[in-house]
Amino acid sequence: MQTDRYSPPAIAMHWLAALLIVGLFALGLYLGGLPLSPSKFKLIAWHKWLGILVLALTALRLGYRFAKGAPPLPAHLQGLMRTAAHAGHSLLYLLMLAIPLTGWLMSSAYGFPVVLFKLWTLPDLVGRNEALGDLLMTVHSWLNWTLAACVVGHLAAAVKHHFVDRDGTLWRMSPHAPRR
Amino acid sequence: MRLLTALTLATLPVLALAQPIDPAKSQIGFTMKQLNVPVDGQFKAFNANIDFNPAKAAAGRADITIQTGSIGLPTRDAESEAKKKEWFNAAQFPTARFVTSSIKPLGGDRYQFNGKLTIKGTTRDVSAPFTAKSAGGLTLVEGVLPISRTAYKIGEGEWADDGTVADQVQIKFKVALRG
Repeated sequence: MQTDRYSPPAIAMHWLAALLIVGLFALGLYLGGLPLSPSKFKLIAWHKWLGILVLALTALRLGYRFAKGAPPLPAHLQGLMRTAAHAGHSLLYLLMLAIPLTGWLMSSAYGFPVVLFKLWTLPDLVGRNEALGDLLMTVHSWLNWTLAACVVGHLAAAVKHHFVDRDGTLWRMSPHAPRR
Repeated sequence: MRLLTALTLATLPVLALAQPIDPAKSQIGFTMKQLNVPVDGQFKAFNANIDFNPAKAAAGRADITIQTGSIGLPTRDAESEAKKKEWFNAAQFPTARFVTSSIKPLGGDRYQFNGKLTIKGTTRDVSAPFTAKSAGGLTLVEGVLPISRTAYKIGEGEWADDGTVADQVQIKFKVALRG
């Protein structure tokens, strides 16, 4: 079956984002239960730095997508399914922007500015307000669980299309082209 | 009567030393760095016994007592951590104290103090420049004193490593003296 594939840069950025997001999700969960210690400070710093990287990467991916476009969805995908696929991808992008942004906002509200890789101080997005920081942390956490659900849906849809519908969906994002 | 006179005499030097301050315009703050992230804090409760006349700077004196438990940091978690044994140990060392030993003019509105700073039972000689500016019936004394937190054992055990929380802490003082 003929499959439209994403371009190599889009594929590379997709898998880099996937790797970062899974890592950051696990790190975030681990941090939640950790008592205060110098290593916790270091892990929080890495969580913030890599989170900002995801924000920048998502912005880059969106820019690339608007400029170069994405391969069309398989022709057999019709009606509600098409809408669902577009809505799902839009939601994923929205969360990949909103989650790092709420993290950054939380950092500002708590009064701990983000100093990227110990080198670049990012501007504070809001003034110091601990109650707002607590609220943002709750929102950050809920957005993450929403993202986890979306990623599970994203994976399930891809796998179902590839193995049940046999439409070669996984080849669209595979680093290697299918063997003929 | 004799007792009263004795008491009056005993309190006189204190009265002579104490120059009223404007608490709303006075602040003892600090900035520390965690992996290069500047974190600001301050001590909300302190008593400042200061006698400083810019015209007679060398005769000036200051004796400031700070309540370590009044530490203010960005979050409540950070505040309760700072009062723990490894940091200020506020239960055993409820106060920190700074006493000047000499003040000298540096020209203009700039001066330099030498003094002793005691935190957590450790006393160290400290020295820093400061400015004193008179305006609106107030003399605003302002300066920055850099200290080594580990010299006072602020941050013991695993926190003594300065790779995460930097050793140098900038104490930023601002005292508004009336008159």
